[in-house]
Amino acid sequence: MPDSIDIPPVVVTATVNGERVSRAVEPRMNLVDFLREELELTGSHIGCEHGVCGACTVRVDGTIVRGCLMLAVQADGAQVLTIEGLSESGEIADLQENFKTRNAAQCGFCTPGMLMTAAELLAENPGAGRTEIREHISGNFCRCTGYQAIVDAIEETGKNRGEK
Amino acid sequence: MADSPVVTVHDRPNSYIGRSVPRPNVQRLLHGRGTFTDDIKLPRMVHAAYLRSPFAHADIKSINADAAKAAPGVAGVFTGKEIAELCEPYVGVLTHLEGMRSPPQYPMAIDRARWQGEPVVAVVAETRAQAEDAVELVEVDWAELPAACDMSAALDADAPVIHEEYGNNLCWERIVDEGDVDAAFDQAAVVVEDEFTFGRHTGVTLEPRSIISSWDPSEEQLTVYMSTQGPHMLQAIFAKHFGLEEHRVRVICKDVGGAFGIKVHTYGDEIATAALTMLLKRPVKFIPDRMESFTADIHARHHTIKARMAVAGDGKILAIDFDDLTGIGPYSMYPRSSGIEINQVLNLTGGPYTIENYRARGRVVFQNKPLMCQYRAVGHPIATAMQEALVDHAAQALGMDVVEIRARNLIPDDAYPTKSVTGMLFDKLSHHAAKDKLLGMVDYAGLRADQETARESGIYRGIGFACMIEVTSPSPMFYGVGGAPISAQDGVTLRLDAKGNLIVASGVTEQGQGAEAVLSQVAATAVGVTPDKIKIITGDTEITPYGGGTWASRGTGIAGEAAAQAGHALRDQILEVAGIMLQSEPRKLDIRDNAVVDTDTGNERISLAEVGRVVYYRADTLPKDYQSELIATRHHVPKKFPFAFTNGIHCSHVEVDVDTGMVKLLNYWVVEDCGTVINPLLVEEQVRGGVIQGIGGALYEECLYSDEGQLLNGNLADYLVPMAAEMPDIEVGHVTSPNSDSELGAKGAGEGGTGGAPAAILNAVNDALLPLGARLTVNPMTPERVLRALGKTE
Repeated sequence: MPDSIDIPPVVVTATVNGERVSRAVEPRMNLVDFLREELELTGSHIGCEHGVCGACTVRVDGTIVRGCLMLAVQADGAQVLTIEGLSESGEIADLQENFKTRNAAQCGFCTPGMLMTAAELLAENPGAGRTEIREHISGNFCRCTGYQAIVDAIEETGKNRGEK
Repeated sequence: MADSPVVTVHDRPNSYIGRSVPRPNVQRLLHGRGTFTDDIKLPRMVHAAYLRSPFAHADIKSINADAAKAAPGVAGVFTGKEIAELCEPYVGVLTHLEGMRSPPQYPMAIDRARWQGEPVVAVVAETRAQAEDAVELVEVDWAELPAACDMSAALDADAPVIHEEYGNNLCWERIVDEGDVDAAFDQAAVVVEDEFTFGRHTGVTLEPRSIISSWDPSEEQLTVYMSTQGPHMLQAIFAKHFGLEEHRVRVICKDVGGAFGIKVHTYGDEIATAALTMLLKRPVKFIPDRMESFTADIHARHHTIKARMAVAGDGKILAIDFDDLTGIGPYSMYPRSSGIEINQVLNLTGGPYTIENYRARGRVVFQNKPLMCQYRAVGHPIATAMQEALVDHAAQALGMDVVEIRARNLIPDDAYPTKSVTGMLFDKLSHHAAKDKLLGMVDYAGLRADQETARESGIYRGIGFACMIEVTSPSPMFYGVGGAPISAQDGVTLRLDAKGNLIVASGVTEQGQGAEAVLSQVAATAVGVTPDKIKIITGDTEITPYGGGTWASRGTGIAGEAAAQAGHALRDQILEVAGIMLQSEPRKLDIRDNAVVDTDTGNERISLAEVGRVVYYRADTLPKDYQSELIATRHHVPKKFPFAFTNGIHCSHVEVDVDTGMVKLLNYWVVEDCGTVINPLLVEEQVRGGVIQGIGGALYEECLYSDEGQLLNGNLADYLVPMAAEMPDIEVGHVTSPNSDSELGAKGAGEGGTGGAPAAILNAVNDALLPLGARLTVNPMTPERVLRALGKTE
């Protein structure tokens, strides 16, 4: 018998995309369900729910995490950034433009997680070469593109940032 | 009607045909603002979860759902019997696949479950977690039965018979026998034989199948939000099996997170979800989790084939003879049937080559595993890998170069139209031009020299080629002729709005491949507007023209042509009314960059926005005996040929680590002839994505089963899919042989990559291992299997 039925909700307070939010949730609720169901931030996707595919990648206190492997209660007090917040901040506008130009998104289901992961690499090492890029995104499953266009878009963004 | 001069889309000024413009619908996906089905919440919506059979074959003696019904948040618990009362069963056979049989299927198991993962009990609750909790409270008294899991043994006399009324587990058998195969083998200088095994794998769309069903009893209206490739097909199926009129069923398909053929079938859990909303009169959402998807989605490909090829001393292929067996699970999938895959193998093998003698037997057997059905490149990877491996084998036996033997057998480029030994009609293909183009991209001599040098250091590199044909843009001869409610035609409606924008609606769907981009480019060109003026609407049976949807690489070839023809019709309408406004003959006018211009000078006469304003708001200024129209619908269905065949050639360069058995992908090249290329960027990305999916089947992906029919690797940690670090960059080239069945000349490009890659990789690996005397004829070529071929492991 799952334990949730007998355990009362727990209040989680976090700053999500710059906005302070508070919700009473079941302790077993994972972070991506919290974002999608409680906050209706549906840009973070659920692909496997066991930490392999990377579709639910979000940023928590500056580091990317799998939203399906972290509980919402663990994000209490944290700064959480999703694709919606990342987009609105303008931080990856250049990367998004290159994804568009290069057709680095097909169905778009992996794309938010892929952008989250790529944003981290570009912030740490904009000069990363193709092999490093491929290794960095190797935890994000894309069934459509075959990855080459994604690598191209990230590489191009890094080059342009390096020139600025 | 306007007598403006006839111009094709290829003659238009400011054409967008052949330009790599970005997709119009990609921005929302890049900003996390897409609408996938699971992103939708409806008022009073509840969530379904299914208890699935833990056994491959078992009787359901009793079901006790009392505890589940009393669990928190539960709205209802329903058995297969209760669901079946609402829904007429369905039979997955096509009448043109003569002799095929499959019994009636129900959405959920009733008295007996026939595969591990078959839905048995539906639980609906306020949250998905509550529904899943309550599933655990359902008690089923099972009596496990002997199972027929191994397809190779499914026809044995002592195999358990899954459908007793049939007496054995044979679903369908087809035999092809053309020419004089025995005489050809007698004459052969060389006969090569291989036994191939292609593993069972599955689609792993990153977005699982997803559905929300909503029944309004007051209007007897069923609305279904669904991640699907065929909204109108599903509309017809829901209507038929729930006894509704089709206009009382609306299927809405928003963003689709990958499909690849997985989302174009009738799944029991989806039909049952529609029944649940009728029972509860509340919207019901069902999203399977990943583990569920592994046993609930269709599987694909599993074949064992004994094949041989007869070749003359000059390398000429004299005959092919093969026997293919495939296991499809306990039923043939509805409505496409599970016979098309093997039918394609029988039709397409040897297709690039001039072959006169051909014999093949295909047998489709029932087994206690998930249903097998059409998945990206249906049958092509099998046909191509078998044929190309035999060609390489023959070249080795003759001591001939693998490119040379292909050059001697490929159908000459000036032989068209022609047909294959199996009766496939080819409009215009370009095998030799494609081969020459590829050899211009690949430094073949350099690769051979490098191979030689590397071997001296104990490094084994291989080069593999694969020539192929691909079925695209099918006519009604594919499904309609067999009785399935699957339209081969598709339509496009174009409407000019009051501000001069173009609203485009089509029956095809977008699942990332770029169907909406293609419609936009063709419509923009045919009418004379810029793409920023265009809004595309797809994925809604209530507001789009009737059509088959997106599968079999048909969107561009069929809906693209409908868009061209609708564009001509709307252009004529615009020029007619503009001619009245301007007191000019329509034939002296043209539309360019959102304005009506003088054809000769290009000078603007009136903007489309002004035409729209006058037509919609100031019709009083037009002649009283004149009624303008600014909307046109056109449909297209292929007529001249059953299929718009395309061709391609692949080359793979690999390195095999003979100590670990790992295959490293070094380079990959493809030349594809898909007719007129509307958007080179999108075509190339279809090819690349397709190749990577084919690589998955060649090297990594396999649904591994125990003898009892239990899936052993049904999760993304154990079932390997291609990830970025291991994948090569792929160079793509084009040859263009336009489709003569349409003005646009386009054919499909969505599946050739997947169809050709397993063959090219198989040949490359075997080429690498040739000096070691090892040969693989199995997919996926896992490290273990490579080592076994090398005699380095048991």
